[in-house]
Amino acid sequence: MKFGVVVFPGSNCDEDAVYALRNILNQEVVKLWHKDTNIKDVDFIIIPGGFSYGDYLRSGAIAKFSPIMNEVKKFAADGGFVLGICNGFQILCEANLLPGTLTRNINHNFICKNVFIKSQHNLTIFTENTGDKNIFKIPIAHAEGRYFADEKTLQSIIDNKQIIFKYCSKDGEINKLSNPNGSLKNIAGICNIKRNVFGMMPHPERACDVNLNNTDGKTVLSGAIEMFKNMGK
Amino acid sequence: MKSPTNYNDAESLGLLREEFDKICQILNRKPNFTELSIYSVMWSEHCSYKNSILWLKKLPKKGSQMLVEAGEENAGLVDIGDGLACAFKIESHNHPSALEPYQGAATGVGGINRDIFTMGARPIAQLNSLRFGELKNNRTQWLLKGVVRGIGDYGNSFGIPTVGGETFFDKSYNANPLVNAFSAGIMKKGDMISAVAKGAGNPVFIVGSSTGKDGINGAAFASKDLTEDSMNDIPSVQVGDPFQEKLLLEATMELSKTNTLVGMQDMGAAGIICSTSEMSSSGNCGMKINLEKVPTRQNMLPHEILLSESQERMLLVIKKGKESSALKIFKKWDLNCEKIGEVTDGDMLEFYFNNELIASVPSKSLVLGGGAPVYQREYKEPEYYKEYKNFRISKILPPENIIQVANEIIKLPNIASKKWIYQQYDSMVGTVNMGTNLPSDASIVNLKDTNKALAMTVDCNARYVHADPEIGCAIAVCEAARNIICSGGKPLAITNCLNFGNPYDPEVYWQFVKSIEGMKFACEKLNTPVTGGNVSFYNQTVTKDGAEPCFPTPTIGMIGLVHDKEKTMTLNFKNKGDLIYLIGDCYDDISSSEYLANYLNIDSSPAPFFDIESELLLHKTISSLIESGQINSAHDVSDGGLYVALIESCIANNLGFDIFTNHDFRLDAYLFGESQSRVVVSIDPKKKKIFENFLKNKSNYTFLGEVSNGKIVIDDMDFGNIEVVKQDYLNSIENILES
Repeated sequence: MKFGVVVFPGSNCDEDAVYALRNILNQEVVKLWHKDTNIKDVDFIIIPGGFSYGDYLRSGAIAKFSPIMNEVKKFAADGGFVLGICNGFQILCEANLLPGTLTRNINHNFICKNVFIKSQHNLTIFTENTGDKNIFKIPIAHAEGRYFADEKTLQSIIDNKQIIFKYCSKDGEINKLSNPNGSLKNIAGICNIKRNVFGMMPHPERACDVNLNNTDGKTVLSGAIEMFKNMGK
Repeated sequence: MKSPTNYNDAESLGLLREEFDKICQILNRKPNFTELSIYSVMWSEHCSYKNSILWLKKLPKKGSQMLVEAGEENAGLVDIGDGLACAFKIESHNHPSALEPYQGAATGVGGINRDIFTMGARPIAQLNSLRFGELKNNRTQWLLKGVVRGIGDYGNSFGIPTVGGETFFDKSYNANPLVNAFSAGIMKKGDMISAVAKGAGNPVFIVGSSTGKDGINGAAFASKDLTEDSMNDIPSVQVGDPFQEKLLLEATMELSKTNTLVGMQDMGAAGIICSTSEMSSSGNCGMKINLEKVPTRQNMLPHEILLSESQERMLLVIKKGKESSALKIFKKWDLNCEKIGEVTDGDMLEFYFNNELIASVPSKSLVLGGGAPVYQREYKEPEYYKEYKNFRISKILPPENIIQVANEIIKLPNIASKKWIYQQYDSMVGTVNMGTNLPSDASIVNLKDTNKALAMTVDCNARYVHADPEIGCAIAVCEAARNIICSGGKPLAITNCLNFGNPYDPEVYWQFVKSIEGMKFACEKLNTPVTGGNVSFYNQTVTKDGAEPCFPTPTIGMIGLVHDKEKTMTLNFKNKGDLIYLIGDCYDDISSSEYLANYLNIDSSPAPFFDIESELLLHKTISSLIESGQINSAHDVSDGGLYVALIESCIANNLGFDIFTNHDFRLDAYLFGESQSRVVVSIDPKKKKIFENFLKNKSNYTFLGEVSNGKIVIDDMDFGNIEVVKQDYLNSIENILES
């Protein structure tokens, strides 16, 4: 199985994603440069965090026009698996590969801290294979991570079980107190209706290295990798 | 060349008459306006260190760990083994931040990181050290919010984690905040890029942002007092573009792996003129530069192009014939790169504008160590110094309600958690911050693919330095070292950021001189050479009623190495029932404590008790305890005293403590005094005997009590539960900002 990690000029979590996948999860990884017009032969694309082209206008607003995103769109349309983390999630929403949008945090500040997220069902590769564990400690680091969608869209992602992770407390309570950024319904991560495109604001790649004393992100990613392989991909 | 200038012109640009005479001597004629402008910025305090260099030279800079010593390159370079080297430095951006906190702080972050990656080192972690006035003031809150957002927006986008820092509030900074930014980077030994120009005929390139009128004369602006008219200097504040900086970083890293570069320097203070003169001077050559080739954002005069401090620009000298491979890299990163001239024999810098020679000056005459003036300043012991020493603890009545004091101390802005600040910084990008889940006294940065971790910290209790600059500055160095020791590291070297008032005020200069002496003393004892840093004078506010200098603030940035990262020590208590010990001696001392200064509001007292030999013994003791795996936590006693150190040890795991104090001492001094060289450790109760035996013939120790499941009990008095105290500790700054 081969991962492709997209590199925009302002990506800054690309190396972290590569390190987690290659050095910790022992996966094959190639980088996909933003000017590339060919996706190579990757099986799974990760759009990492960062500030794609500076993101001075709006997160992901320019990235959606980049050459590589045309390829990502084609790849996803053909059923290819794509995960956007943080800025990657913002870009996937801008590119209409995922519903809704990410707006400025409710306190208007950048927030970097550990949060807890809870998987909402076992209907995706990210949530199906984590054993008994369904609450994960994963860090966030963003200024625009407040998930928003209009009522109709929100209802449809609820009905179609597209919400995969919600912010929760250490004990799994989903309420206003455990919502770090004001996201609708505590939404931390969603998928598309076909369940092959995923976006999440928390950074699982930051919670993989045992030297940092938190490997909940590794649990989520390695569970997904195993599922993906089981699907015969 | 246009018309010659005179004394009046010189004085209007901030030069002294004697300096004008010196320029005429160097040039053998009167300078024209462009040339005079060049000297005014290059000989400004900010660029020339003319009022500080004599004293800075006294600091120790040698050591077997040093690969590049202070003053040789943009930053010092330390050998950290495994074929790796660490470049690190701290710099101030105080004056711009006082006027425009957001851009001032942001460009400070940009500048310090450029210093690091210009050398070929990839920044791995950042720290910052901030000083503000009283938090209750609206202006302080505006400055704090702007500075924090500026540091955050720049650093977060640039993508290097901010892993630690310190923030201190005192009324002496009401008008003049201090913003000191630290960055450390890692490179392969031998991969260093020098800031040098060599080889006549080699082309000179400018790369990065276009040049605009921002920051013209910034260096000169930073070299004078802040006054009520300083708002007129707003054009001296630069504007930052972290995206451009990120591109420069990546392109530079690629470039460093090719064989195309002769040398490179970033453009910080004094822009093109500074980088051309410093690179030429260190390579004993000259340059011919065509200023009309410099990409500009607007119509600009030649002297404006020379002096502009527009950010995110680099000057490169490329090996002739290798231009295309360098240009290919810049093209990949969409960076603008233009040839603006070439290296020449001799030592003249010649600047042309559309074929007209507009300035011609010898490169060496401009720089520190060359022709820049060097002054010996007068100094005089201020009267307050002796007065402070008359302080007697006996004149202070012991508090009636010690629990109430404890509850208030925890909420003081200097004591309370700086969560509101640090949560706005990306502290985890790069996946190297080992302190996120298990905090240590110093910030611990994982060196991936090695057994090691890098420890780093910034420290300076400026109240101590004000009370006694020599002892206070020695304490700053020792506290930094203690933080690294308590984290399981070995101190390696320091960088300093010397923030003082007006050097022409003999009492301010005395603070500077004594601080240098204290730093020298401590660094020699600890074998931590000074690798560089910067000096920021004129940190005071001039009003109708006279000048008010801020506290003398020689911020120490220290790096150390944890040789076996498995043995990284953390500060938090681990288990209920673990035994708590205080290592080091106690004194009836509340001098310059947070308790005395900000609870009792008494300013006049000397520095807290400090003895270097006890400090060194403590370091040995703690290091051997960690090495032999005897302790579960270590946390040094600093601001707020023993009580605060204990509470901080409880926060991460929601534990408490039940201890007894020693009635040979006043209770307030025992709990809140800040006498130095003490560390709180906790141990497994099963190890009590071995531990106490081990400490024989080492530092003195006191058994305090044990870790509880959340209750805080001192001498059988109930100080509440950690859940409650923690809320006060974590939220009090946010509560002040939101009220």
